[in-house]
Amino acid sequence: MKYNIENPELKETRQGFADALVELGKENPNIVVLGGDVTGSVKTNFFRDAYPDRFFSVGIAEQDMMGVAAGLALVGKIPFASTYGEFATGRPFDQIRQSIAYSEMNVKICASHCGISVGPDGATHQSLEDVGIMRILPHMTVVTPCDYDQTYKAVKKCVEYKQPFYIRFYRDKTPNFTGMDAKFEFGKADTLIDGTDVTLIANGLLVWEAIIAAENLKKDGISARVVNMHTIKPIDVDTIVKCAKDTELVITCEDHQKQCGLYGAVAEVLSLHYPTQMDYVAVEDTFGESGTMQQLMSKYKIDHVEIERKVKARLKK
Amino acid sequence: MNTNPLLKTKDELDEMARQIRRDIINMLLISKSGHSGGPLGMSDFFTALYFNDMNLDPNNPYFENRDYFFLSIGHIAPVWYATLSRRGYYPVDEMKTLRKVNGRLQGHPAPLKTHGLPGVEIASGSLGQGLSIAVGTALGLKLDKKSNHVFCICGDGELQEGQIWEAVMTAAHHQTDNLTLIIDKNDCQIDNRVQKVLNLDPMADKFKAFNFKVYEIDGHDMDIILKTLKEARGHKGQPTVIIAKTLMGKGVSFMEDNYKWHGVPPNEEQGAQALEELKPTKYGDFV
Ligand SMILES: Cc1ncc(C[n+]2csc(CCOP(=O)(O)OP(=O)(O)O)c2C)c(N)n1
Repeated sequence: MKYNIENPELKETRQGFADALVELGKENPNIVVLGGDVTGSVKTNFFRDAYPDRFFSVGIAEQDMMGVAAGLALVGKIPFASTYGEFATGRPFDQIRQSIAYSEMNVKICASHCGISVGPDGATHQSLEDVGIMRILPHMTVVTPCDYDQTYKAVKKCVEYKQPFYIRFYRDKTPNFTGMDAKFEFGKADTLIDGTDVTLIANGLLVWEAIIAAENLKKDGISARVVNMHTIKPIDVDTIVKCAKDTELVITCEDHQKQCGLYGAVAEVLSLHYPTQMDYVAVEDTFGESGTMQQLMSKYKIDHVEIERKVKARLKK
Repeated sequence: MNTNPLLKTKDELDEMARQIRRDIINMLLISKSGHSGGPLGMSDFFTALYFNDMNLDPNNPYFENRDYFFLSIGHIAPVWYATLSRRGYYPVDEMKTLRKVNGRLQGHPAPLKTHGLPGVEIASGSLGQGLSIAVGTALGLKLDKKSNHVFCICGDGELQEGQIWEAVMTAAHHQTDNLTLIIDKNDCQIDNRVQKVLNLDPMADKFKAFNFKVYEIDGHDMDIILKTLKEARGHKGQPTVIIAKTLMGKGVSFMEDNYKWHGVPPNEEQGAQALEELKPTKYGDFV
């Protein structure tokens, strides 16, 4: 991992998805892609233009999209069903549940424009529950990469597993810092910064915020460990328990409702294996609104400022 | 029906529609984010509904005998916001706050209770849901033997959502003749022309087969819009649908009939040209 904290390279995670998809299309003739009238937004237009025969427009019909994907999987194709996070999970939930998760169809649901990052579009377009409702499904692997490089790798690698996946990413440019050569394995969390006073377990957009927080906390003499929990299901129990034992304080950081997301997943592990003092940085059981991504991260308290505040509050007791 | 409409003649209504188009451009120039094409295309219909046909009261937006209005395509909110403002539901100055944090003019219409605007009945933005709500409202009103009429605007691309056709069946089955669906048939959606993305034609035949009374009209001809709204309201025994042939971006030459203008705002230069084409009106701009 290499980064310039003041001036990081900025790249779109959705472009990582698009670039990986085009590569996959070249390598594997069974890769097919479904379009839901947001092709330019989720960047499946790159695949469509390269392999028009393997791109199917289904219109604005997400429930149909998931069923068609299941059918394609049934005959040996590897369908990528892609649209905005809310419409990729909330709208077609029962279709995903029965025809993809329960039936164990090899469908890759790739959602862009997730979380608060869609900014001005407002609450209807801000998926803050998607991780929760995908994580609750048996057979579903749930991944929230933290930058362009990791999104690229997650998308490339998911076809090695013949099972359903949910991969979550964003619209806006965000810091790209993990590096293409960094190891990436589903279900194995990456410890990005070591520390002894507190562990920040973050995912997606909040990994970068956790890094900034750790750097700032260092100046106050607080040693924060930063763990990138990119795979929420199956979750890396060993790493979570080890961090809890080492630091005795765990704070989760995510751009999602505080219920059922990363906080819930980590709390489930610790309550069973090693009850530990915990706290969270997440959306406080409320819907979002219009505004810029930065304004909203600050207003809804999902940024490094809030992480630092919570760490200090907890350590002071 | 509104027995005492605010604006009566075609000329008066056309001028208001032009002001609403100017407002849309000015709002988008400030927000630098949002949809241009759909809002400009539906300005005539909004003007007809709010300044002539619908029974409403801006000072008492939720009075019992109001006509109900649902915007299923929440993304064309700028035309609704401009119309509500010009009709007196909230101050014109507030149009400056489109899509801004802590504001009422959310990117997609927000529920009144959180930060919505007077005149909004329910949230929209996720496509395909509005008609079901309109059908439920129409059924409830019928049960109470009320004469309020219910309007719902859908996009043509939006009709690809299966829920729309479920609602169409429910409406026809229960003979909700107090319901009028208005379709913004501009043959444009995000990716391409509707015919290219997922064809819906022959649209009128589909609605006839589903037992709707169908009107196919020019969605920019004010006299025809008003006449059709009156007819639809008077039709008994079936729900009605007005398939309005419109142009995306109507009124701004370089936006007209071009799907690329579905979801983007004009830049400074384009905005200036648009305002040049949409001549100023006696109402004056809010900026
Ligand atoms: C359920 C759902 N899926 C996708 C979207 C993204 N989206 C917003 S507008 C739009 C196209 C709508 O087309 P149409 O109804 O023809 O409206 P127009 O382009 O004419 O404004 C899409 C796909 C959405 N808002 N909701």
